[in-house]
Amino acid sequence: MEKYIIKTEQIDAWLKRIIESVPRVLAPVSSGTKTEFRRIKSPEEVNNKSLTTTVSAKAAAFPPVETLFKYQKDGKDTTLTEDSFDKYPETVLWHARSCDAMGFSPLSAIFDWDYKDNIYDERRNKLTIVTFACNQSDECCFCTSVGGGPGNVEGSDIQLTMLNATDTLVEVMTEKGQKLVALLPDIFQPLSEEVDKEAVLAKIPVQFTKEEIKEHVSNAFDSPVWKRQSARCLGCGACAFVCPTCACFDIQEDAHGNHGRRLRCWDACGFSLFTQHTSGYNPRPTQATRWRQRILHKFSYMPERLGVYGCTGCGRCSRACPVDMNLQEHLISIANSNHE
Amino acid sequence: MNKLQERATDLLKGGTVKLIIGFEQGNNKIRPFFCEKPEDAEKLIYSDDCSTNNAVYLTKKELIGDNKIAIIATYKEIASIIQLNKENQIKKENLMVLTVDKDGDVTELTSFEEMEKFCEENTPAPDPVVAALIEKIDKMNREERWAYWKSELDKCIRCYACRAACPLCYCNRCISEVNCPQWLDPWKSTLSNIEWQINRVMHMSGRCTGCGACAKACPLDLPIGILTKKMSTDIKEMLGEGEGGNVLSTFNPNDKENFIH
Amino acid sequence: MNENIYLPHIMVIDKITVEAPGVKTFRLKFQNEEEGKAFQFRAGNFAEYSAFGEGESTFCIASAPTRKEYVECTFRHAGRVTSGLNRLEEGQTMGFRGPFGNSFPIEEWKGKNILFVAGGIALPPMRCVIDNVLDLRDQFGDVTIVYGAKSVADLVYKEELAEWNQRSDVKLVTTVDPGGETPDWKGEVGFVPNVLDSVAPNSDNTVAVVCGPPIMIKFTFPVLEKHGFKDENIYTTLENRMKCGVGKCGRCNVGKMYVCKDGPVFSKVQLNDMAPEF
Repeated sequence: MEKYIIKTEQIDAWLKRIIESVPRVLAPVSSGTKTEFRRIKSPEEVNNKSLTTTVSAKAAAFPPVETLFKYQKDGKDTTLTEDSFDKYPETVLWHARSCDAMGFSPLSAIFDWDYKDNIYDERRNKLTIVTFACNQSDECCFCTSVGGGPGNVEGSDIQLTMLNATDTLVEVMTEKGQKLVALLPDIFQPLSEEVDKEAVLAKIPVQFTKEEIKEHVSNAFDSPVWKRQSARCLGCGACAFVCPTCACFDIQEDAHGNHGRRLRCWDACGFSLFTQHTSGYNPRPTQATRWRQRILHKFSYMPERLGVYGCTGCGRCSRACPVDMNLQEHLISIANSNHE
Repeated sequence: MNKLQERATDLLKGGTVKLIIGFEQGNNKIRPFFCEKPEDAEKLIYSDDCSTNNAVYLTKKELIGDNKIAIIATYKEIASIIQLNKENQIKKENLMVLTVDKDGDVTELTSFEEMEKFCEENTPAPDPVVAALIEKIDKMNREERWAYWKSELDKCIRCYACRAACPLCYCNRCISEVNCPQWLDPWKSTLSNIEWQINRVMHMSGRCTGCGACAKACPLDLPIGILTKKMSTDIKEMLGEGEGGNVLSTFNPNDKENFIH
Repeated sequence: MNENIYLPHIMVIDKITVEAPGVKTFRLKFQNEEEGKAFQFRAGNFAEYSAFGEGESTFCIASAPTRKEYVECTFRHAGRVTSGLNRLEEGQTMGFRGPFGNSFPIEEWKGKNILFVAGGIALPPMRCVIDNVLDLRDQFGDVTIVYGAKSVADLVYKEELAEWNQRSDVKLVTTVDPGGETPDWKGEVGFVPNVLDSVAPNSDNTVAVVCGPPIMIKFTFPVLEKHGFKDENIYTTLENRMKCGVGKCGRCNVGKMYVCKDGPVFSKVQLNDMAPEF
């Protein structure tokens, strides 16, 4: 890792250079009451004050809808064509948070489990992630309880930390990051003395550990806790769609007469029809069983099968939920429970 | 304990009801609460900030079963209960409707007449923000309006929180989930997002009680509540107050359209 | 570079057999002969079949790996995709992705007796194994097949049933649900678990393979237990809803077990350890 200092006022000049050099730059942009990752054309569009976007950054590598291939039927014959990978632009994800960057590790684990998903892999490989360490947090944040933190650099190519009114620490983790620094090298001063990064980071108390949650939930399949916690859950897909690690998808046909596309689009395990067979039989017939799947998938099945947890503690699900299904609260209650 | 909590304790202790659907303090907001034990009754709260429409739970069989239950109702819940009853979705004999007045006194509304009367006397003032936005859009020309909705609904991620939060969206299989034939593209795209909202609003025509739960539920804060609101106003203007009910499925031999004959 | 795992092979429909009302078998050949030559699978594997314009559906491969010139699938038209497949004609093209999932441990069964118990549209996943076993007939002991359907019309693979019935080295018992018989029906009348009980299968050195609707499987296991079958000698397949077939789309898991990767074939011992959500 290489460390530099940059004058905070020069960051926009660097971003401007990045926008000129990279086909696509995504950054938090505000519209109405919400802030989302959007493609930007100038540094002024960025909301530098935003804590987190409503929807996570996963769309940069796993878009809400994407083409798997196209088909053309001609008489009895069918011809299939794939999108050229040139269509996937080199992308810089600007002003993401540690919890965004961390989310790509579980996503990659899912998409590359045994069979490699080359569509995801290509998009992910073309993604360079610049995170800004958090000097603020809100009541939904719990990254420190699931192994992350406001200044965690896992998954980031570069992390910036505002040290004071004038100076920003630049930590460059990867070659991809180094390439961005090389776009405007003169503004980066090698770090001459150690700086106290921790001192400026948001203080987010550790409430539990992810290992503790795994231990509790792995033997709690039949626990009444799922029914109790899920009672008010409405069964929408908001939590899954805003989540940085939820990867469940549907495969759909966009048919136009004798030609069309096969698509992959986001889906959610909370929807009542997600697992329903054509016969009408549903192995997960109640919201309680679907809520259990959500928690167990993230905190038991994924660590056991893929070696990675499906939660970065970003709190987006809790902010998005119409009925305050607060994940941190539910996990604290699980951590404090004896096996029921 | 306040009067509401005392009443709830009595109802649960005496076994009059198995479950009380009410409100509790959540994380910086008030949220729905399912009170099944007398000792949990002290968690029940009631205030003007009770913003979800808990009538949405009344059609969820897995939650209420065939049990006698009580619901602590605001104007929103009561208006929805009246409409759900018109659509034969409520077993009145299994439902106790409780209201709380400004002094904290608890009153049971025992008949639909009482509920109708309650709604007449407690109709909330129109939301000025909603009214202003409708006025703004009314003033737009077609192109501006199209541009506005395209830009707003392009943001929709199709999480269906609007559908899930609506007490009157109780279909087991929503039109968005029917695939033989596929009426709507089920993935996020500007056009199908718009189609989804048009469908939702059409299915609400003449039924929507204007509670605004759809808009409150939207994680992206999209102005979808004004669609149902505007639809309700237009229907009243065009078809009169009338009997209400679902405009799409209401017909009369004297209707001027000839496809009915 | 890796291949696109969602891109199907193009298959030509070589032959269509109407098995029962609403049930058809497609015999498929690879349009690209090279792909066909390279293709290998094992009994129990499943695949994703596409009707372009409608989507993809998951079924087992119904033909045996010992018959290499083609693959077969049998389906009932019920939803959008199967209705689309149902409209296809011989000579038309469709998509095929696979093989996916695990397979029956046929190698371990050599020298043993095999009892097949199937219900309704669940004979196809089993036909693959039956044909595989019959093609290597001298390597196995007694072969017994108990197969039932709702009515005589609903029995699938009528040709194979007639053929198996003729063979002296196969014991075939067919049954239909009460009320589903026709005047000239010569088989049993009754539900599969009851008929199985009356067949009184010998569990010595025997493997039981059970495929059918969840309710049939539920009532068949106790009958097998009653006749002395041990859990490690009972196998079944699970058929959860799937989209990708390769462990990513998040639908088919039963607890931590993924039907598409760890299954679809499971032994009763495995099922006992699995989360009760199938």
